[in-house]
Amino acid sequence: MQQNSITRLGSIGLSAVTDLGRMGIYLLQMIQGCFRYPFRFSEFMRQMHFIGVGSLVVIFFTAASTGMVLGLQGYYSLHKFGAEGMLGSAVSLTLIMELGPVLTALMVAGRAGSAMCAELGIMRISEQIDALDCMAVDPFRYLISPKLLAAIISVPLLTALFDVVGIAGGYVAGVCLMGVNPGSYIDGMQKSVTNHDIWLGSVKPFVFALLIVWICTGRGYFVHMIKGAGFGARSVAKVTTQAVVFSSISVLIFDYLLTAILI
Amino acid sequence: MNDTGIEFRDVEKAFFRDDGTKQVILDKVNFTIPAGKTTVIAGGSGQGKSVTLKLILGLMRVDGGQILVGGEDTTMARGRKLKELRTRFGVLFQGSALFDSMTVFENVALPLRERTKKTENEIKDQVLSSLEQLELVGHENKFPAQLSGGMKKRAGLARALQLKPEIMLFDEPTTGLDPVMTREIYQLFARTQEQVGYTSIIVSHDIPKIFNLADQVMYLNNGSMDVFPSPDAIQWSQKPHIREFVKTTMGEIYQSHMVE
Repeated sequence: MQQNSITRLGSIGLSAVTDLGRMGIYLLQMIQGCFRYPFRFSEFMRQMHFIGVGSLVVIFFTAASTGMVLGLQGYYSLHKFGAEGMLGSAVSLTLIMELGPVLTALMVAGRAGSAMCAELGIMRISEQIDALDCMAVDPFRYLISPKLLAAIISVPLLTALFDVVGIAGGYVAGVCLMGVNPGSYIDGMQKSVTNHDIWLGSVKPFVFALLIVWICTGRGYFVHMIKGAGFGARSVAKVTTQAVVFSSISVLIFDYLLTAILI
Repeated sequence: MNDTGIEFRDVEKAFFRDDGTKQVILDKVNFTIPAGKTTVIAGGSGQGKSVTLKLILGLMRVDGGQILVGGEDTTMARGRKLKELRTRFGVLFQGSALFDSMTVFENVALPLRERTKKTENEIKDQVLSSLEQLELVGHENKFPAQLSGGMKKRAGLARALQLKPEIMLFDEPTTGLDPVMTREIYQLFARTQEQVGYTSIIVSHDIPKIFNLADQVMYLNNGSMDVFPSPDAIQWSQKPHIREFVKTTMGEIYQSHMVE
């Protein structure tokens, strides 16, 4: 009984180390693939459209509601201390440094990350990736690198859009609905947001984009090797859920780490 | 050995199941696949026939031993060397493995677009000519989901033949096809092999029909590979498991006829 538990623990440990090693090599191959010739520009543009343009609506509504809630909550808290004039500062700093990058990344992971994982998972179980290998076509260059490059460009742009829409939402809630002075909202924002804050808010989306593409495409690519995932369509479904959960958790953990290191 | 012959030397391959038990697929197996001929690999389900193909292609690694393609050890091939090795192969997968988001034309054109410097016009001419040979004209703009099983196999074969492979691997090419379509596919194999002259390795359950194409037959069972220089030889084998296989797949009458 005890031996069985130890064997099982050892097996889980070995499987986790193997998985990590495999994913580490996968990350390197994915980055190398970006520098291999010929570059698939049309696929890159398709992915830009899918990740970027396709996420515009969801990012717009998430940002608007987040900004408006921040405006209302901020007003409610600051009003207690008679500091409503700080509302612009509070909303903009929260959005630029934390909520903008994190919520954008979570939305992209849920919308585009899951699709990337499912696409590669289905290609793997239907031997389409093996077929590429057999034709001596590098699957990293052909399939994965366009996704990585598109995400690295799209996610920061979507984050910028999130920040702008969120700040506007805060303005609507704070100034138009709660009656905060518009001048103090804008002025507070201008005075409190420094270049360093913007830099911090700009670094995060690049890291999050890399994390999302790495984890989501990696889970799909290795769907046939993941222990306990099962087989066929069910394995793709299970691994897609895992990919979104893992990438979302990684985004939250890395958000803390990046903030702790860079602030 | 000729350039396109394949040799297995003491090749070992095993898998570990989730419960920790070991399944031996190949146990120090030795055999040679002659160049320019057709070799059929037969055996029960789950014995590792498709794994043998994947080992040849370098999609899986051997646990021990050597695989030589044209006299060159490919077991340690990595990166560019592995890529060069794979350019010599064409593969028709069990499920055709067509890219489901691309049309038939795009599927067949993919190896030419990715692996050659041909112009788009040259690619178009070559692809349309291949589709004509394989009776797929008029279907070039369809997606794989819109094709029948036989058409998918033909499209997969057209794609595999684009780079004029020296060695063709067929993984259960007639699974799920009706007898008429199966016959057509076999005729197609014979015709294309005559035209291109490739070494052909076919994994199949379609016994004895597939023997009509075979020059050599191999039988994989419990990690060992029995090699027979002709389809007739397998029917004369005295090994109990081979006799059982022949009896099951060809029937008593066929076997007794051969004995007579």
